[in-house]
Amino acid sequence: MPYFLAYEQFNDLISALNALGYRCLGPQVQDGTIVFDDLTDAKQLPWGMRDAQKPGQYRLQKSELNESFAWANGPQAIKPLLFKPKESLWRVERDEEGAFTFKETLPEHKPIALIGARSCDLAGMAVQDKTLLKGQYGDQQYRWHREHLLVIAVNCSYSGGNCFCVSTKTGPKATSGYDLALTEIQNGFVVEVGSDKGRDLIDSLHCNEAEAAEIAAAAQRSIDAANMQTKRMPKDNSRALRDILMNNLDHPRWQEVAERCLSCGNCTAVCPTCFCHHQTEHPTVDGNGSVHAREWDSCFTQGHSYIHGQVVRDTTEKRYKQWLTHKLGTWWDQFDTSGCVGCGRCVTWCPVGIDLTEEMAAIAGESNVVVDKKEKDS
Amino acid sequence: MEEAKPRIAIHKFTSCDGCQLAFLHLGEDLLKLAEKVDIVHFVEMGPINPTAKVDVAYVEGSISTPEEAKRIREIRANSRYLVTIGACATAGGIQALRNFADTKSWMQAIYATPETISTLDTATAISNHVKVDYEIYGCPVNSQQVLASLLSLLQKVTPSARRDKVCLECKRLGYVCVMVAKGEPCMGPVTHTGCGALCPSLGRGCYACYGPAENINTEALTQWLSSLGLSDAEISRRFLFIQNSAPGFKEAGLKLKKKVP
Repeated sequence: MPYFLAYEQFNDLISALNALGYRCLGPQVQDGTIVFDDLTDAKQLPWGMRDAQKPGQYRLQKSELNESFAWANGPQAIKPLLFKPKESLWRVERDEEGAFTFKETLPEHKPIALIGARSCDLAGMAVQDKTLLKGQYGDQQYRWHREHLLVIAVNCSYSGGNCFCVSTKTGPKATSGYDLALTEIQNGFVVEVGSDKGRDLIDSLHCNEAEAAEIAAAAQRSIDAANMQTKRMPKDNSRALRDILMNNLDHPRWQEVAERCLSCGNCTAVCPTCFCHHQTEHPTVDGNGSVHAREWDSCFTQGHSYIHGQVVRDTTEKRYKQWLTHKLGTWWDQFDTSGCVGCGRCVTWCPVGIDLTEEMAAIAGESNVVVDKKEKDS
Repeated sequence: MEEAKPRIAIHKFTSCDGCQLAFLHLGEDLLKLAEKVDIVHFVEMGPINPTAKVDVAYVEGSISTPEEAKRIREIRANSRYLVTIGACATAGGIQALRNFADTKSWMQAIYATPETISTLDTATAISNHVKVDYEIYGCPVNSQQVLASLLSLLQKVTPSARRDKVCLECKRLGYVCVMVAKGEPCMGPVTHTGCGALCPSLGRGCYACYGPAENINTEALTQWLSSLGLSDAEISRRFLFIQNSAPGFKEAGLKLKKKVP
């Protein structure tokens, strides 16, 4: 049964999380966008703000609604919390006899409660779980962060110009992966419970059960958000894209997009599912120790395909092809899912506005534009 | 008998001396380093022995005078490894702007007695004159870069040769893209990382002081900067700035300059 959390109770939620030992992170307006930072008061939320997103452009605008979550997304959400941009993996020390000791370096920090993750962010986390947790050699650092994260999702009531989660079936309403999921309606939020932790948390707040009209209003918000989307992934992001891509490795579009692409790697850094990284050694000055660390890498760098004296993908054409054929194609072979969750970040945060749905449309021969429903019916 | 310590020299050519400060700014690490190596020539710090034979010679500055052209050959002959530090040594520096002008007329315009000045018509990178083993980009280079290169060489490991774009560093550090979020012109997508994305961290665009990254697309960036409202002259100046003679920047800047009426 859903609950209703009034705006006035939002700070109780933050206090309850703090009392449980969590550091709360929530969305806030910073540097012309919405980023996640320490949240101590509901006043810090992006009240009345809305994002206008176009390929290569993000602008915040005043919304006609004085709501706290009337925006789509910012440049990052969950990924940097779980798969950190820079993180040490282990250290090695040499003692006086010259013997080496290797020690793992596990993270140490307070558990985090993230308020405001979107459905696409949760879908991205589910994909990263498959990449980094499954199998015999799960990633220790990722696992630690994952076990120390509580997620309070907020369902979208608005879609930005680059959102296409309807076609990728990953939104706009969150269906799993959250502890609590909120939907903003008049004067507060309808709250759904997704885990035992979420259940205990909502019980501690003594919220009223949501009324039928409130539940209906929340459902309508998700429908409205879905109807706002004008962009789609061709073939609805299905496995069919894999064969289309692999059968079109010589398509002239690859060269054409390479002329526009900066090969800067921004798309991969903002992508909630990209996991490529490289590892570096940070030796101490005395030469008796070293910290082995990893940091985000990208298939758009030279180092990514450097293998013993040879750079395999030396041109932007090869690198863009690697990105798209992996993300939308061979990801299926590797993880039995697409690597795209429809958040549109790679489109917005590409400094020259390259749109992967448009590139995919050119290769698949199927439009990336949502046909207006009324137009379709008439 | 104790093994001899590796010998290090830090040489200066035409430059502002700023890159050498990367060593002095090491602080406590410099003291630790001094236990591992003998710093035999480093004028800014004290020791002077310009013709000493060394294991690693760090070279700052461009070759701008006949004396420098001769001296760099001697240093090369005396050094096992030669590492250039900074924009001047790796690409000629800001003073290489004179390569696109008439040096003699500039001399006449600026100096009262130009005949007393001995200079070349060009200011060029060290690699135009002698073989360079490693290049460290930046204007100025920072302490972490020079320390990492030296520690690698001391451990007999090839120093890192990553030439990623500033964009990746912005993303790793969680800085919001100033070009996407504010329409602020930024050279980050063509610029070599290493500075820690200093300018974007302060909300301004990168001005390319670290020089070209690998696999850059100056044409695509030019078109985008143009769509943000920059004129050909303004874009040209962004390429022909501190790293004006670096490969890629030079060609892009000169091509735009030709278009300016």
